[in-house]
Order: sequence, then C-alpha cells, then structure tokens
Amino acid sequence: MGLLSDPSRRKVLTGLLTRLNTPICIVCYLAGIVWFMGLAFEPFTLRTYMSENAMGSTMVEERFSSGERALSLAKEFDAHKRKAGGMPVEWLVKAMQSRGLEVFTQSFSRKLPFPDENKERYMVRGTNVYGILRAPRAPRTEALVITAPCSPGNTNNQAVALLLALAQYFRNQIYWAKDIIFLVNEHDLIGTQAWLEGYHHTNITGMEYSPLQGRAGSIQAALSLELSSDVITSLDLVLEGLNGQLPNLDLANLFYAFCQKLGVLCTIQGKLQRNDWDTAEGYTHAAQTMMLMVLKQACGRSWGDHGLFLRYHIEAASVRGINSFRHYKTDATTIGRLLEGMVRKLNNLLERLHQSYFFYLLPSLSRFVSIGYYMPAFGLLAVILLLRVSFPGLCHCFSVSLQPSSPGVLTVLTPVVISHLTGVALYLLPVHLQEMAVEHFPVSETEAVVLTAIAIYTAGLALPHNTQRLLSGEGTEQGWKVLKLTALLYLAVLLGCTALINFSLGFILAVTLVPITASITPHMPKALYALVMVLLSPAFTILYCVFIYQELIEAPVSVSEGWMLFLSVISQGILDHALYGSLVYPLLALFIYPCWLMFWNILFWN
Amino acid sequence: LDSRLPLVIFLHALTPAAARDEFQEELVIRPLHSGDIYASFQFRTLWDTDFLQEGQKVSHYRLFPKSLGQVLSKFSVRELHISFSQGFWRTMQWGQPFIPSPPGAELWVWFHDTVSDVDGNWKELTNVLSGIFCASLNFIDLTNTVQPSASFKPLGLGNATDHRFLRYATLPREIVCTENLTPWKKLLPCGSKAGLAVLMKSEKLFHSSFHSQAVHIRPICQDEQCSSKAWELRQTLNVVFDLHTSGQGKKEWSLFKMFSRTLTEACPLASSSKVYVDITDNPELFELSPATPLLGQAVVLGDRRTYSVYDLSRAETFGQLRSFNLLLRDMLRPLLHAERYVAGFGLQTGEIHTVIYNNHPYRAFPVLLMDSVPWYLQLYIHTLTVTSKSRDNKPSYIHYQPAKDRHRPHLLEMLIQLPPHSMTEVTVQFERALLKWTEYTPDPNHGFYVGSSVVSALVPSMVAMRTNFTQDQPLFSSFVPVKEESSYFVRVYTEPLLVNLPTPDFSMPYNVICLTCTVVAVGYGSFYNLLTRTFQVDEPSPPLSKRLANLIRRIRGVPLLT
Repeated sequence: MGLLSDPSRRKVLTGLLTRLNTPICIVCYLAGIVWFMGLAFEPFTLRTYMSENAMGSTMVEERFSSGERALSLAKEFDAHKRKAGGMPVEWLVKAMQSRGLEVFTQSFSRKLPFPDENKERYMVRGTNVYGILRAPRAPRTEALVITAPCSPGNTNNQAVALLLALAQYFRNQIYWAKDIIFLVNEHDLIGTQAWLEGYHHTNITGMEYSPLQGRAGSIQAALSLELSSDVITSLDLVLEGLNGQLPNLDLANLFYAFCQKLGVLCTIQGKLQRNDWDTAEGYTHAAQTMMLMVLKQACGRSWGDHGLFLRYHIEAASVRGINSFRHYKTDATTIGRLLEGMVRKLNNLLERLHQSYFFYLLPSLSRFVSIGYYMPAFGLLAVILLLRVSFPGLCHCFSVSLQPSSPGVLTVLTPVVISHLTGVALYLLPVHLQEMAVEHFPVSETEAVVLTAIAIYTAGLALPHNTQRLLSGEGTEQGWKVLKLTALLYLAVLLGCTALINFSLGFILAVTLVPITASITPHMPKALYALVMVLLSPAFTILYCVFIYQELIEAPVSVSEGWMLFLSVISQGILDHALYGSLVYPLLALFIYPCWLMFWNILFWN
Repeated sequence: LDSRLPLVIFLHALTPAAARDEFQEELVIRPLHSGDIYASFQFRTLWDTDFLQEGQKVSHYRLFPKSLGQVLSKFSVRELHISFSQGFWRTMQWGQPFIPSPPGAELWVWFHDTVSDVDGNWKELTNVLSGIFCASLNFIDLTNTVQPSASFKPLGLGNATDHRFLRYATLPREIVCTENLTPWKKLLPCGSKAGLAVLMKSEKLFHSSFHSQAVHIRPICQDEQCSSKAWELRQTLNVVFDLHTSGQGKKEWSLFKMFSRTLTEACPLASSSKVYVDITDNPELFELSPATPLLGQAVVLGDRRTYSVYDLSRAETFGQLRSFNLLLRDMLRPLLHAERYVAGFGLQTGEIHTVIYNNHPYRAFPVLLMDSVPWYLQLYIHTLTVTSKSRDNKPSYIHYQPAKDRHRPHLLEMLIQLPPHSMTEVTVQFERALLKWTEYTPDPNHGFYVGSSVVSALVPSMVAMRTNFTQDQPLFSSFVPVKEESSYFVRVYTEPLLVNLPTPDFSMPYNVICLTCTVVAVGYGSFYNLLTRTFQVDEPSPPLSKRLANLIRRIRGVPLLT
C-alpha cells in the first residue's frame, strides 16, 4: 500500500517495470515453460486418491465368470454381422431380450457436410440397439450406461459380446439400485450422438433420429468398451472428451484401483507407468505421457464414445483393450470382472461423481496435476501480455486515442473489422463453397474444403497492405500503438477464457502466440519478422502439434506424410464442429486467427 | 389369538349390530406376461358405525384398528388413502395393477366439510400417520401439498366435490422397508399370526421387483339399499417377484418359494379367506397342484379373467399349493400408458415431457393429467404444448395454480382427449431455481425429486363391466366403484423425475474461494482507490517568519524566498 500511495516510490516501481520490461517478459516466458515441464516431475505432482466415499471403502467382490462364453458369443456376433453387412439389429434385439432386458432400437441418419475420407462415409444411416436392465425396486430415476460401438470389419466384436455376457450376469443379481443401459451403437460417435440427443430430446447438430421409446431417468455415469481381440495385454483408459472436457478424476481412480486389484496392466495414452522417476528416462516418459494428454485435450475432439456424454454432465470414460504382443495376457473373464467391479461401485454412488477434480493433467495413472498447479504456467505466459500493455509508450497513447476527435479509433477499427471478416470467411466459406470448388478444380469435396480453408487463410495475409491505406491514408505512429494495445488486450482475454475451459489449448496457443505478439512493432526487419510470424501462426501450430503427436506415439512421419495428416486434421476439425459441436474450429477461425491478423497488420503498418 | 377369540364371540352375542363387522382376506396370484409373478393381498375390514352423527364418541373397536379409528374421528377424515411403494410398476410389461400407486409415499385425504382449519388438520394428521406407519410423512408440508380439482374424487359414499377439503401429497424419495411393513401388519385383526398374512415375511417381500403396500379408508354402504353405512378399511399389499433372478431361468414357482412359508389356516376372524390364481392365459398349459374344482370369473380392468379359487375356510384345501409350469404368451399392450422424462442439458433450463399412449385401436377417450411440480422448477406455462399425432391438441379443461417460492408447488390439471391408437406429448419448459444455501439437502448432487404425474381415465372396456354390487365379488375387482358398463376407471402413475439444480461445491475449496473472494473484494476497493487517485505533493505551509519576510519582500519588489 505504502509503495503504491507514495508517488515517488510508485514512480520508481513503474520505472523499473518500464526499464526491465523486456527482461521480465523473457523471464516470465521461460519460467512458464519450465513450470509446465516441471509438472511431469513426480515430486511436484500429487498421488491420486479416491475422493468419493461411496466408492472408496465399499469393496465389492467380482464373480463374473463367463468370459469364455463371451468369446464364443463374439464369433456368433461376427457371423451375424457379416451376414447383415453391418449391425445385426434383429439378432442383437433377440440376444438382449433373451437375457431379460427391455430392448429398444433407434434409427438415425445424418448427411455429413462433406465426405469424411478417413472413415469413408458421407450419408450415414444406422440403428442403435439398447437394452435396459431395470433395477428391482428402483423408481427409474437413475441409470448407468455401458456402451460398445459396433464397428465395421471384425473390430470390437469382443466388446459387444462381453457387453451381452455382462448383461446376462447382471440380470441375475439383485443388488442394482440404478437401471443399467446396455447400448450398442452403430457408426461410433455419430450413433452415440444420435442416442444422446434422442435420450435428452435435444437437437444441436441437425441429426435426424427416431425418438426413443424407453428411458431410465438421469444417467449418472457411462463406460465405453472397446475390445478387438480375445486376449488383451493391457487396458488403456481414454478420458479426453469433446472440447477438452474431462470426466471426474474419481472415474480414473476407480479404473486404476480395479486394475491394481485384479492385476491387469493399465495404461494411459498407451504408456505404461514407470517407477524410476528420478532418472532422466523416467522423467521423459512422464513428460511424454503428459504432453500426449495436453495435445489430445487441446484438439478438442472426442477420443472415444465417452467424450460426447460429458456435455450432458455424465461422467464417462472409454476402456480400450490393447493387444501389443507383450507376454502378459489378460483373458475376457478378468476384463468382465473389472467392468463388473466398476459398475457395481458406480451403482453404489449416492450422488453424482463430484468429489474429485474435473480439471487435471495426468503424467501417469497414479499421479495427477490439479488445476492449482498447472494454471501458474499459463499465468506466467499471460502476464507477459499484460506487462506489454502497461508498457508506457502504449499506455500513454491509449488515453489520447480515446478522444473522439483523434483519428485513432477509426484506424484501429478498420483492421479489427477486416480481420474479423476474414475470420468469418474462413469459418463459413470452406463448407459452403465446396460445390463451386469441385466444379472448377479437379479435387474431391474434402480436398476442396481443406484447400479453400488454406487459401482463405493465406489470402488473409495479403490484406494489411491494402486496407488501412485505402481508408485513412498513411498509418501514424500512434495508430499502430493503439492497435497493438487493443490486440494485446484482446489476445489476453481470448487466451484467458480458452485456458479456463480447455487449459491445453490455451497453453499451446499462448506458447506460440505470446512471444511474437509481445514483441511486434512496425520498425522491425519486415521480411525476417514476417517469416517468424507466419511460422508461429495458428496453422503452423497445428502442423507442429501433428508432428509432435506422431513423435510421441512413436510413429514418426515424414514431411509429406505429416502434410497429409495436417490436411486431414483440418478436415476432421471442421467435421467435428459440424457433427458433434466441437468448438476448436470456430474458436480458431473466428477469434484466434483474426487476432493474429491484427498483429500481422502492425508489422506492415506504414 | 386364542384368548381373543371367545371375547369376539361374546361381543357378537351381546350386540346384534356388531355382527355386521366383517373381515375378508384374499390373495390373487397372477403370472405376468414378462414371466414375473404378481401377488396381490387384500384385506377388507368393515366397521359398522354411524360416522355421520356428530359428537358421538366411538369407543368400541372390534375388528377395526383402534389407532386408525381414533385418527378418523379426531381429524374428521372422510376418506384416507395412503400408499408406500418401492419400485416402479412397469405398465408396459406387467399390464395394469389392481390398485395403482406411485413410487415413494402417496397420501390423499378428504376431510369432512365441517372442518374449518383444513391445513392445520392436514399437518397434524400427517404427523400422526408418520408415527403410525413409521414413515417420514412429516416431510409433507405446504410446499408439496396440492388440492387437485378433478383428478382425485372421493371413492366412497358422498358426493363431495369441493376440493378445498382435499389434500394430496407425494414423497417420491420415501424408501419403504420392514419398519413400514410391521405396523401395517399390526392393523390386521389376526396380525401376522394366522391367515394370509402369515406369508408376509419381509425378507422375501423385499427381495422382489416391486413392493407396494397401501391403506384405504372410506365410507361405504352396508347393503344394496344403502340403508346403513359403514367404514371400510382396505389394506392391500402388492408384490412382483422376479422369476428370472430367483428361479435360475425355470418358470416354476410355489407359495413356499415365493414367501418361504405355506398357509396352514385361514384367519379365524375372517368371514371369507380365498386364494385366486389367474389362469386366463392358456389354462391347459398350467399345472396347478393341488387342483381345485372351483373356478371363478371376474371382470377386472376391462378384461374377463378366469381364476382358480382356493377357499381357505374349507378344510380340504390344505393339501399344499405346489409348483406349476406355464408358458409365456405375447405381451398385450396396456390400453393406457404414460411416461415422463426431462429433456435438455445444462443447469439453467429444461423441459418436462409427459408422453401418454392410447393403445386402443379405434376408441378415443379423455384423460385427466395431474402434475404437481415443486416450486424450485419454475415452469414457463406459456410454453405448454399438447400434441397428438403431430397436431396441436387443445385440452378442454386446464386448471393451473402457479407456485409460490418456498410456499406452494405448481399444480397443473388438464383434461385431454386422446385420439385412438396415438401418442400424446405434453411438454412444458422450466428454469431451475438457485436455492438458498440452507435449502439444499445433505446430498445436493444427487438431485431433486419431482413426484409422479397422475393420469386418470375412464378407459373403454372390451367386456361389459358389472355395475351392481354383490357380495360374492372378489375384493380385487371391487375397489373402484363402476358406474357404467362400457368403461372402467384406471389411474396410471408416471415415473418420478430426478432433476439436478445448480449446486455450489460445498467443499473446503469452495469455502476457501468464498473467503478469498471476500478478502479480494475488500482489498480491491482500497487498491483501486489508490491506483486511480491522482496524488499531489502537498507543500508544507512556510513558517510564520518566512511568510512575513516574503510579505516585506513583495512590498519591496525583490524576488521571494522559496
């Protein structure tokens, strides 16, 4: 207080901040990066623990024993799937009915905005089959969901079969307090989306579906199961959901606890846990696991069927069986028991999962970084923007520009509006212009969309030369300062909001955008800085992320393969937005890219 | 029991009127289409006393339980219906129950029109009943009590239509268990010592898919001419046993398997004691052992059913009821069926959907829909829509009483015409209220319950209903008075809803955040003040000698001292 109220000392402080502005910014930036990398270091993280009382102390006994029957059922299912050439709806309905479930079907159809070349689909038509196991003496107010996708080919047969075997076993137990819904969905995420929208009677993505006939109250938790072989070496837990949402950490704890109990190898991001945290390899391993989680979370797509449940406030996770030819084998009975144990504990819940964390990063399954630990890393980056705002040269001009007579407001407004119009074009045109593009160029629809997006992105770079000169003649010294001030504040708000919702996305954008945006002025060597700016632009960030991701999952790609992946990532991002309502594409197109264009304007201010 | 019996006979001899007190017991077993077994007990006690005369003290209790009799006279109750259910009656799988009830506890009472303070009586009555039945009925207060205008008419004598004397409340969260069963059994004249009540072993009754017990008290005519009146107490208990779970897949059951007891004698106080087994569906595939020569027919819920009748008051019945096998038949869709769910996501708004099915192939009929929604779901009544076959269906009668925050729930009653073979959807949007922090339950993240909505209807009957009242009618077919031949009365309850309200995180971090925010708010004020104020260096006023010197210097015209 005394420091601030005393004008002379205040002057000293601001003088210090002004003089040391650049060194402080550099220190903050480095500290942010180091802090972030330190999060993977085991002594700095917390051990996971079960917060939910109803799931902690009540140990359950697993008695599921028909794993072998499940495997033979998988063969039967496979045969029927081949015969039906898709989902064997009738067979599934009969199979579920004979196991004493109330069975319902839901048909849905969806026309994609443009063909999905990864999954080779355009017009999607399918049927979801679900059976409800009614809990005795429960009034249909609460339910749990177990889902298994019915995938094309011979993948996931074992998951569906295990689902049926579990249904049969569960039906004969009397301890259920919540109804259990067994859902077999076709066309993976699209089917899940149709079912969820049908269950909650909403329509947010333009899906066409038949209304659901049977319901079981409010869904408390969901598990998605993916198994493709009879013998499994390890189970992988997938948590990242739509828009970077994560389920309650207790769900991960529950999975980990049962893996420990039953002696099943469990992984997260496909990485086993290591105990040698004090060695360089151990640390690198943890850092890689965490980086993978950050990258997956940042891209905002749903990494399994569970991801779509999170929007409806349903805690959900996917359990994926991996057969990686290790020596350690787990049979279907053990996996059945693991699921039985998890479902029974979820059945014991008295309240929704709410005790543990919703915002976390996992360097391994037994360690977590909570929001309180990782936010400072982002905070250190974000504070740079604020420090640059308080840069005296900028501060001073702000008060001048606020006078209505000064030309500052108009000079700022023009680039802001034009940048955002470019953003709107980037958001709208690729999908809407695909037909025209296909007519005039020898490309497929998907290529047309992606290439249009890239073309508009690149065209945006040519704007600044023509725009403000057109409107207000020569750019003034004061003009760019006002623009930079606005852009810095805008970026700080954008990144801050993004990081609150999806930390990973906010952090990655901050890492690439902050250094260049903090230092940009029109008086720099234009060619060099233009190159640096382009290399640190949002599109290149995506490209780097693709390469880093491939490196981390130990499937490195060449430059041309990486480029192809980059193109498919863009098309997937646009598709995710249209199909499931993922927000990363509109965020980048409508806000981040225009914001970056504003800085690009500053560089070419004259 | 043995010591009480002679006393009863003695009383019979003394007062001829007492001979008209009567007790009947009955058990109906119906194999359901889903493969489950439905067992329904009914006990009917008639109390021949002139309740209409005011001021007359009633002190003789023979078969009628004294605890209830005193309640009736003290609170001037005309009619009382209370039910406790655990589980949800699955209309689509099981058809209609004999007497429907919603999950949790339901209580509705008609008071005499002489009562001046109905709310006061109601409050006291619920507290007394909660003591009698060991249930949390004391949670019934004005915030969950409604006065339906049309859905709940008196079932007994008297044409009271002024709904000011009616109170209706449900507690969807109430859990029913042994402690509710024991006091219920004690109301029976023979307790659980003899008669059908011997079968009620709580260990088995609560190992079932559905359990419901109820008490219905109403005034009725003693005879056909209605020359004298009597109180009727009906105690019903309905259980559905899940053969799939307990029978290891075999469709076979016996009384012993279901109740782990067999019957040995009828209640000696009972004038009639019968067991009915529904054999309407494919009787040749049934094998009942021992077989019974008695076959009965009854028209119940618009369907003519055939029953094997075992009269427990006859000695030859007591061989043993053993197992019999049966096959499943295709499920008949119930004519009237309703369900309800909450649509939408997020914690701000939502939409309640009530879907009513009329499965009758060619007859349209009207239904009364009653919804009582707690005040913390703020209904937007202008969004109310009723659609049948994707066309707007205008209700012919709407009674809506808006809620008052923290005082009164919403009450919505509608008369809707259901077209034949149709699905009618009633939707209304709501906003979730933010409660005060003391109003949250101890488990706020579980959600808040909204009671079942009630659909009451006169459903067209496939067969002619019997309208004349005869004595030999089985109890299960005579509860609701039938006024016309062509239709019968049905009440369907939908499932209760569990709705999440915006809930603060009542944990330690939450408290920390609250505390920090307070500190920051206080700190912010002073900081903001400091940062925005412009400071000026205040020149200390020069000493007097200096000022004097300056004055002289000014006069002299020389520069001033600083």
